[in-house]
Amino acid sequence: MANVFPAEFADLEPYAAWAVQGETARYEKRVASTMEELQEFYDVAFTRIDEALEYLERFEVSALSEEGKRLLWLYCALTTVAFPVEAWRQPRVPDSGPSSINAVVEPPV
Amino acid sequence: MAYFEKPAEGSWTQHYPELGTGPVSYDDSTSPEFYELERKAIFRKTWLNVGRVEQLPKVGSYFTKEIDAAGASIIVARSAKDKVRAFYNICRHRGNKLVWDEFPQKETRGFCRQFTCKYHAWRFNLDGECTFAQQEAEFFDFDKKDYGLAAVRADVWEGFIFVNFDPEDTTSLQDYMGGIGKGIEGYPFQELTQVHKYRSEVGSNWKLFIDAFAEFYHAPILHGGQYEAEERAKVSDVGYEAIQYALDGPHASISSWGVIAPPKDLSMVKPIERKLRSGLFGPWEAPDIGIDELPPGVNPTRHRNWGINAYLFFPNFMVLIWKPNWVLTYHYWPTSYNTHIFEGTCYFAPPKNARERLAQELAVVSFKEYGLQDANTLEATQRMLESDTPVKTFPLNDQEVVLRHLHHQANEYVTRYQQSQADGRS
Repeated sequence: MANVFPAEFADLEPYAAWAVQGETARYEKRVASTMEELQEFYDVAFTRIDEALEYLERFEVSALSEEGKRLLWLYCALTTVAFPVEAWRQPRVPDSGPSSINAVVEPPV
Repeated sequence: MAYFEKPAEGSWTQHYPELGTGPVSYDDSTSPEFYELERKAIFRKTWLNVGRVEQLPKVGSYFTKEIDAAGASIIVARSAKDKVRAFYNICRHRGNKLVWDEFPQKETRGFCRQFTCKYHAWRFNLDGECTFAQQEAEFFDFDKKDYGLAAVRADVWEGFIFVNFDPEDTTSLQDYMGGIGKGIEGYPFQELTQVHKYRSEVGSNWKLFIDAFAEFYHAPILHGGQYEAEERAKVSDVGYEAIQYALDGPHASISSWGVIAPPKDLSMVKPIERKLRSGLFGPWEAPDIGIDELPPGVNPTRHRNWGINAYLFFPNFMVLIWKPNWVLTYHYWPTSYNTHIFEGTCYFAPPKNARERLAQELAVVSFKEYGLQDANTLEATQRMLESDTPVKTFPLNDQEVVLRHLHHQANEYVTRYQQSQADGRS
């Protein structure tokens, strides 16, 4: 079976569901998750962040393999969940009630 | 005690005596009647930014823009290599909306050699001339030349496309942008082609969201949770002071410190920011975008702790130039007296690799987190301003001089308009 991520990141495969394309979809997954789920993903992804950054630095975005793209999406998702884990202690932005801000233009990845 | 020197009058506000220093009424933000006046007096009379030239890469590129406050849908198109034109988006035959896809109320964009109406296939070239009328011989006393698209004035400043709905206004865009616009000319906006754009429907008057972004006084409090604990205590104790405020005509500029990119002490910022070397103030490593010296209006005092300049171009366009060589713009498009559409657009240099792309992602995600906090606060403010309370006026401090100016300007435009209407009738 093909890898989801580049071979050296096989240990992240249980978190492949976080390799989501597009900021809106990543944010939706975040607010649909529990703090336990966010914390677990954050803890695992954060321990491999140095290696991931080293890998991503080697490629232009347009030259990423499919596996490399998914690794970038996964770490984009980490930036999205970093706020609940490091700052808010809850999935939603505090007091953001009915507000929503949606990405309408994003550079292709 | 002031950290940054204020004008000789003792405050920024008193430097502009027409503003006064008294408490301010927000009746201009809670009244349907006042909003109707603003539409005519402001949104149909000033230059409005509708996009950038990069959105029209070649001759025939176009986009449409719905401008509810001006009661108009327009087509903006590149008609020649150096020419951007704008038209009312209405077919001259029977008034159908000329350019739209699937949903008539939605904006669209694309590329074409001419615009063809979906209804009876009338065609108009990129200069708006009618080039084809179906069964032309069936019409009476008819000459296609008389049925070109209705033009809207359009012009470009530093790559930003503006339109003006007032056929009688003779002010050039260059003159309208004034000294504050002049001061940032030459900034390499054209190098910042990596674009992330966000949109939000906000339940408040358009000016209230400008208020929120026209002062940083709120930042240590409302956004305190985004700082590490020790830093949070420090910033809420010190509060906020800008380096410099400047008002020029209806426009305003704020020059601010910002030591976050990179921070003096890494413990000031969150773990993800330390790893990605990025955050709300943008990726810490500024890309080379060909700046030898900043234009005179960017960090005007040449302060060594400078971090950001924010410009408010009246009525509804803000440009933020950040020290690490990126730009954020805000637009506030009213849809009623107590609703508007907010657009926030981040412009970066194209990332050299996927790691830089990730650092940019953290900056835009941070912008969204802050924006969500701001947007909801506004709905709470709007609700209370509209409620029946004995509280009618509000004190604005010296760090809120730009919003005092904004509301003053809105009232001035409306008063001048009412005066001109009265003169016209007499």
